[in-house]
Amino acid sequence: MSAAQVFFYLFSTVMIGSAFMVIAARNPVHSVLFLILAFVNAAGLFLILGAEFLAMLLVIVYVGAVAVLFLFVVMMLDVDFAELKQGFLQYLPVGSLIGAVVLIELVLVLSSWSASSASVGAAGAPTPSDVSNTLAIGRVLYTKYVYFFQAAGLVLLTAMIGAIVLTLRHKPDVKRQVIADQNERDKSDVKLQKVPSRAGV
Amino acid sequence: MNSLSFALAHTLPELILAGGALVLLMMGAYKGTKGDWIISELAIAILGVAFLTLFTQLDGKALIWDGAFVDDAYGRFMKGLSLVGALVSLLLSREYMAREKIDQFEFPVLILLSTTGMLMLISAQNLIGLYLGLELMSLALYVVAAFHRDNVRASEAGLKYFVLGSLSSGMLLYGASLLYGFAGTVSFTGIAEALKGGASIGVIFALVFVLAGLAFKMSLVPFHMWTPDVYEGAPTPVTAFFASAPKMAAVAITVRIIITAFPGLMMQWQQIVVFIALLSMAIGSFAAIGQTNLKRLMAYSSIGHMGFAMVGLVAGTQAGVYGVLIYMAIYLTMTLGTFAALLSMRIGDRYVENIADLAGLSRSRGTMAFFVAMMMFSLAGIPPLAGFFAKLYVFQPAIQAGFYWLAVIGVLLSVVSTFYYLRIVKVIYFDQPAEAFSPVNREVTGVLWVATVLVLLFWVWPAPVLDAASVAARSLF
Repeated sequence: MSAAQVFFYLFSTVMIGSAFMVIAARNPVHSVLFLILAFVNAAGLFLILGAEFLAMLLVIVYVGAVAVLFLFVVMMLDVDFAELKQGFLQYLPVGSLIGAVVLIELVLVLSSWSASSASVGAAGAPTPSDVSNTLAIGRVLYTKYVYFFQAAGLVLLTAMIGAIVLTLRHKPDVKRQVIADQNERDKSDVKLQKVPSRAGV
Repeated sequence: MNSLSFALAHTLPELILAGGALVLLMMGAYKGTKGDWIISELAIAILGVAFLTLFTQLDGKALIWDGAFVDDAYGRFMKGLSLVGALVSLLLSREYMAREKIDQFEFPVLILLSTTGMLMLISAQNLIGLYLGLELMSLALYVVAAFHRDNVRASEAGLKYFVLGSLSSGMLLYGASLLYGFAGTVSFTGIAEALKGGASIGVIFALVFVLAGLAFKMSLVPFHMWTPDVYEGAPTPVTAFFASAPKMAAVAITVRIIITAFPGLMMQWQQIVVFIALLSMAIGSFAAIGQTNLKRLMAYSSIGHMGFAMVGLVAGTQAGVYGVLIYMAIYLTMTLGTFAALLSMRIGDRYVENIADLAGLSRSRGTMAFFVAMMMFSLAGIPPLAGFFAKLYVFQPAIQAGFYWLAVIGVLLSVVSTFYYLRIVKVIYFDQPAEAFSPVNREVTGVLWVATVLVLLFWVWPAPVLDAASVAARSLF
C-alpha cells in the first residue's frame, strides 16, 4: 500500500466516523466539533486528489466560518436538545430498517457500476501540468462558468433576504446607537464622574 | 453579434427580473416602509416587461452560457406561463397583504427572485443549471411560505416546506452525481448520448433519485405530503403563487430532462411516470373528498391535476408534450381564477377559507357564485369548459401510445373528483346563506372575470394557445 492509499483510508474512516458522531453525540457542542473534524478530513481527501485550492477553501470557509458560526449558534441558543431527541429512539427501528434497505441497494448498485465509454474518455483527458489549481479555477470561473457564478450569487442573496425577513424585528422600545447623536453631543452635556475604586457608582 | 451580447439577448427576461429584484431591494432598503406601496407595482411591471420580451424571439433555438442554458420555443412557452402565474399572484396579493399587515417590500422582491429561478430552471440544459435554478426558486418559496412570521401555521408551513424541500434537493443531487459519474458529463444531450446503449442498474437508480427530487417540487404522490399543510398554512396569495408558477417550472424541467436526457431509458422512466401519475390522480381525487378547508382542497386538487398532466408525458411523444403544455396553460388559468375567488372571501376584516363559508353565495353575490361554479366545473373537466379540453389533450396521446388502461383509470378518477367540485357548487347554490362577503377590490374581481371568460370561451378560439403549444412541443424534439 502506498502512502497515498494509507492516508486515503485514514481520512475516509475518520471522516465517516465523525460524520456519524455528528448525529450521535449527545452534546450539541461535540456534534459541531465532530463536524469540523469531518470537514478537515474532507480537506485531506482533496489534498490527496491534488486539489489543494479546494482543500484550503474548505478549511477556511467551512471550518473557519461556517462551523464556528454553528458553534456560536449552538452555544447562544437555549435549545433543549435532549427534549428534541426524545422521539429519536422511538423511530430508530423503522429508520434503521429503511437505512439498511437503502444501504443494501446502494451496495448492489455500486458493485455493478460501470461508467459509460464516453465518461472514460472524459476522465482520461490529460491534466495540464503548467497550470496551477487556483489559476485553472480562476480562468474558468468568471468566463466559462459566469452564469453559474452569478446564479449562485443570487441564491446567496435570496438566503440573506430570507434570514432578515424572517428574523429581524424592529422593537420600538429598544435603544439603538445613533452615531450622529453621539458626535453632536457637547462637552457641557457630559457629566464626568470620578468613580472610586471598588465602591461602585 | 459577438457571443456575449448574443447570450445576454437570449437571457433578457432573466436579466430583467434579476436586475429588477436588485433595484427594488435597494429601493426598499433605503426608502423604508414609505416606499412599500410602489415596490409591488414596480414588481408587477417588471414581470410584465419580462413577459413581453419573450415575444422578441419567436423562433429559433440558442444554446448559450457554455451549454448550460437553452432558449427555445418550449422554454419561452413555459416561461410565459410562469411569469403570468407570478404576475397574477402578486396582483392578487396586494390587498390581502395590506389587510394582514404583512405588506413588506421583501415580498415582491422574493417573488421576483423566485421567478428568476423558475426561468433559469425552465431553460436549464445541464444538471448544474437545473440545480441552481431549482434552489433559487425553492429558497425564495420557503421564505414566502413563512412570510406571516407571527402566525404559527405559516411558520410551521415554512419550516415543513424547508425541511422536506432540502431532503428532496438532496435526493436530486445524489441522483445527479450518479448520472455524472456514469456519463462523465452534466449536459442533458451528453447524458442522452452516453445512455444510447441502454442502461445499467446504477443509471436507473440515478433516474429514480432525479425524478423523486423533481416530483417533490410538482407535489406528485408519493412526494406530496407537504402540499396540504403548506397550502393551508401559507398566506392565501402565497398559496396561489405556489399552486401556479413553480408548478409550471417544475413540470417544464421534468418534461425537458426526460425528453432530452433520457430517450434511451424510455421503458424505465415510463414505469415511474405511470406509477406517480396513477397515484397522484387517485390521492388527488379521494383525499380531497373529506376536506372542509378550501385551500386544503385546492392542494389535493393540484396534486390530482399534476397527475393528469403526467399522463400526457407518459406517451413520451411530441403529441404528449403538446398535451402537457396545453394542460399546464389551462390549469394555470383555472388555479388563478379559483384563488381569486378564494381571496374574495372576506367577512368584515377577516378572510375565510372554509367551504361552508360559501353557503348560499348565489343569493348574496350572484355573479361571483356563477364564476366560482364555472371554475369548479372546469376543474372537474366538464365540457365545453377549458378543463375538459385539457384532459382531452393529455389522454389522447396516452391512448395513441397504447396506454388505454391508464386513460380509462384517469377518466374514472376524474369522475370521482367531480364529486367534491360539484359539492362546492351545491353549497353555493342550494344551501342556506351564510354571512355575506364584503366587497372586493377591482384587481381580484378582474382576475376572476378574465379567468372565467378564458375558461368559458376557450373552445371558441383556442388557436393562440394551441399554436404556441405546438411550436413549443416541436422545438423540444
